[in-house]
Amino acid sequence: MKFDTIIIGGGLSGLVCGISLQKGGRKCAIVSAGQNALNFSSGSFGFLSRLQDGTEVTEPLKAIPSLNEEHPYSKIGVEKVSRYAKNVKSFFSECGISLYGDDTKNSYMITPTGNVKNTWMAMDEICLFPSKDFKVGDKALIVNMQGYLDFNTQFIASSLENKGTACRIESVKLDSMERLRKNPSEMRAVNIARVMDNEQERTKFISTVKSLLADEDVIILPAVFGLKDKDDISKIKASLGIKTLFVGTMPPSIPGVRAQMLLKSAFEEAGGSFLIGDEAKNVALSDGRVNAIYTENLGNVALEADNFVLATGSFFSKGLVATPNRIYEPLFDLDVDFDEDRNNWYDPKFFNKQNYMGYGVITDSSLKAVKGGKSVDNLYVVGSVLSGMNSLYEYCGSGVSIISAMFVADSILGR
Amino acid sequence: MNMQEKNESSNNFEQCIKCTICTAYCPVVPVNPIFPGPKQAGPDGERLRLKNAYFFDEALKYCMNCKRCDVACPSGVKISDIIQSARIDYRTHGPKLRDVMLASTDFMGTMARPFAPIVNAVTGAKPAKVVLDKVMAIDHRRIFPKYSGQSFEGWFRRKAAPLQAQFTNQISYFHGCYVNYNYPQLGKDFVTVMNALGFGVNLLDHEKCCGVAMISSGMPEQAKKHAIHNVSVLQKSVDKKHTVVTTSSTCTLTMRDEYPDLLKVDNSSVREDIVLFSKFIYNLVDSGKVKLVFKNNFKAKIAYHVPCHMEKLGWGIFSAGLMKMIPGVEFSLLDSNCCGIAGTYGFKKENYEASQAIGKPLFEQINRISPDFVASDCETCKWQIEMSTKFKVKHPVSILAEALDLEATAAANK
Repeated sequence: MKFDTIIIGGGLSGLVCGISLQKGGRKCAIVSAGQNALNFSSGSFGFLSRLQDGTEVTEPLKAIPSLNEEHPYSKIGVEKVSRYAKNVKSFFSECGISLYGDDTKNSYMITPTGNVKNTWMAMDEICLFPSKDFKVGDKALIVNMQGYLDFNTQFIASSLENKGTACRIESVKLDSMERLRKNPSEMRAVNIARVMDNEQERTKFISTVKSLLADEDVIILPAVFGLKDKDDISKIKASLGIKTLFVGTMPPSIPGVRAQMLLKSAFEEAGGSFLIGDEAKNVALSDGRVNAIYTENLGNVALEADNFVLATGSFFSKGLVATPNRIYEPLFDLDVDFDEDRNNWYDPKFFNKQNYMGYGVITDSSLKAVKGGKSVDNLYVVGSVLSGMNSLYEYCGSGVSIISAMFVADSILGR
Repeated sequence: MNMQEKNESSNNFEQCIKCTICTAYCPVVPVNPIFPGPKQAGPDGERLRLKNAYFFDEALKYCMNCKRCDVACPSGVKISDIIQSARIDYRTHGPKLRDVMLASTDFMGTMARPFAPIVNAVTGAKPAKVVLDKVMAIDHRRIFPKYSGQSFEGWFRRKAAPLQAQFTNQISYFHGCYVNYNYPQLGKDFVTVMNALGFGVNLLDHEKCCGVAMISSGMPEQAKKHAIHNVSVLQKSVDKKHTVVTTSSTCTLTMRDEYPDLLKVDNSSVREDIVLFSKFIYNLVDSGKVKLVFKNNFKAKIAYHVPCHMEKLGWGIFSAGLMKMIPGVEFSLLDSNCCGIAGTYGFKKENYEASQAIGKPLFEQINRISPDFVASDCETCKWQIEMSTKFKVKHPVSILAEALDLEATAAANK
């Protein structure tokens, strides 16, 4: 079966690359083994929030020249990165995902544990602030569903109170939620969102919230609404009638799951073939080129293409595999950048910079994969499987995924 | 890395990280509050059941076995296998008479077929529906599939079998109960297309129902007997180097994956030779071994619904690919949504409302697109969509049979 480009990995980077290529007139297939990290995102996209030395970044595009030359942004170059960054909002809006924020400046969001985090753009309902010491209002009503532990109302309240907002916390008991509470591990964002997708249940919840409202000027809710239809969010805002802010929850992420569904639809609507629940198993390589890949479901049917894109993600998505003494890329056995001394892989202090998050596949300056020290001519690498960045520490994972995908799509399209 | 080597279980349940992403894709969760959801019914519940069977929850029967949770799982857990195995291993009582009747598709077919006009009239009539509903708990709003007066096997032996030896290439055909008792035309279309491509069609040495409805209706022993029988007759075909080609996505998935995973019947020597028609034909065309010559005047606006089990097989791409090859076809792929019927599931009174609610987004999308007809590889999806929308559903093989210039195709593949 022949395509122009085959992308291995159906997450953020694979889909952005696939949609760009389909729109550029190429015939693509994406092989996707199970759901990916986008489903667990905070609801915001980080572009570059911190440099390797710990300096906070407020204007990410201006900070690119100070990154080391192995960083994917450095390889793509500041001029192209800036151009792609400018296009991100319109790209996502064409897929039905609204992004808020300034492409040249970082903003701030509230995390589910109440911290204020430097980020770039937020998806749909997730609230974003221009400065660190914003004040959301004079009095805030924070409402949670009873028994839901992934939205930490106390932490959020104390964080907002530090900035001068008086907070009151209420929790609402819903009969429809009680069955989930039989097993506390079912009280999770997705389960709650599926109940809240039901108009009757949602109306019940929202009218209870309304009845709890006293003299507050802002309501804060967990982002567990509009999984299947994001119009629910504007309906909630309209029905509450006062400033309503949604704060992202601990994983899984409702805006993330929704974005995944919308991006997949956009890819298929553009004519792409999405091989869902399939896994690339074998590859055919010769003379420094990939000729075909073979998947679990298609068996001996070769998936052939002119170009291939590796978008398999990091350790969680099995794009990288760690053994006691080495880290490898399991599909092509590409060259991987990692420290030979395992003691340097991680810091026992959990919240410190973790070096293993910086390991990844080595690429040349055009993001082509390197195997045995040589570039593979038609194999590009995008997203968090790339080396040269520490996505967690720099908070640049989403940005690198989107920008590297747009860059590689353009390279394949000869732009 | 082979995760399996590191696991105790064959269904990867140890790999579940409790992320609940499966729940986002389960069609039952939003419509049936009693169903605990795939994570709780599957790996989370299994943890407890392994300690004590007391934790088995009867509500697991609301799982449709659509396998969308398996497809979504980031960690490769075979969630639906865990749920279905639990229903087999921990069940406390045998199946109801209704479930036995709904599940015994070939027995019922054999009994009903000779009296087809009477049976069809009776099952379609209001009084019978009331009885079925009240006594048997088969929902009265369901439209029953009609039985055909002549079985596919009967037609094939008399009309088609003598003509098959003239072809150099030979395959076997697993037609399934639906083609045999309810809709022989699909089997006839299949024979027509294969013959035009230069392939002779053989029946297996007495196939039995694949057993899928028995698995879902609490009759695993009977299903296992069918599986053992089928593997032995499939083996005879494979020994003759005849690929076994199928037209039903669910029978195919059952024989390839449910036999070893749920029924513990070893099918390793035949599994790779069980292939759905669209994968088989697409590959022949793709590798240049056969040519398709289409009529110049065939025109159709087709909306393709990928059945859940087809999505799990990962082969929707082949059926879509074949239909896209037809000039004059305006093709659209429907969103990935379960139609809600899930075989016999939707016939059961307790599931009717849920079944229709599950299919609603699909029906609405079909109505919006307003195609000439819908395409689907699954017989029960066909019943459900035809009952719930005003559109006809055609099998891709029948679409090919209609769109091909059969004589020119036969000449091109001589």
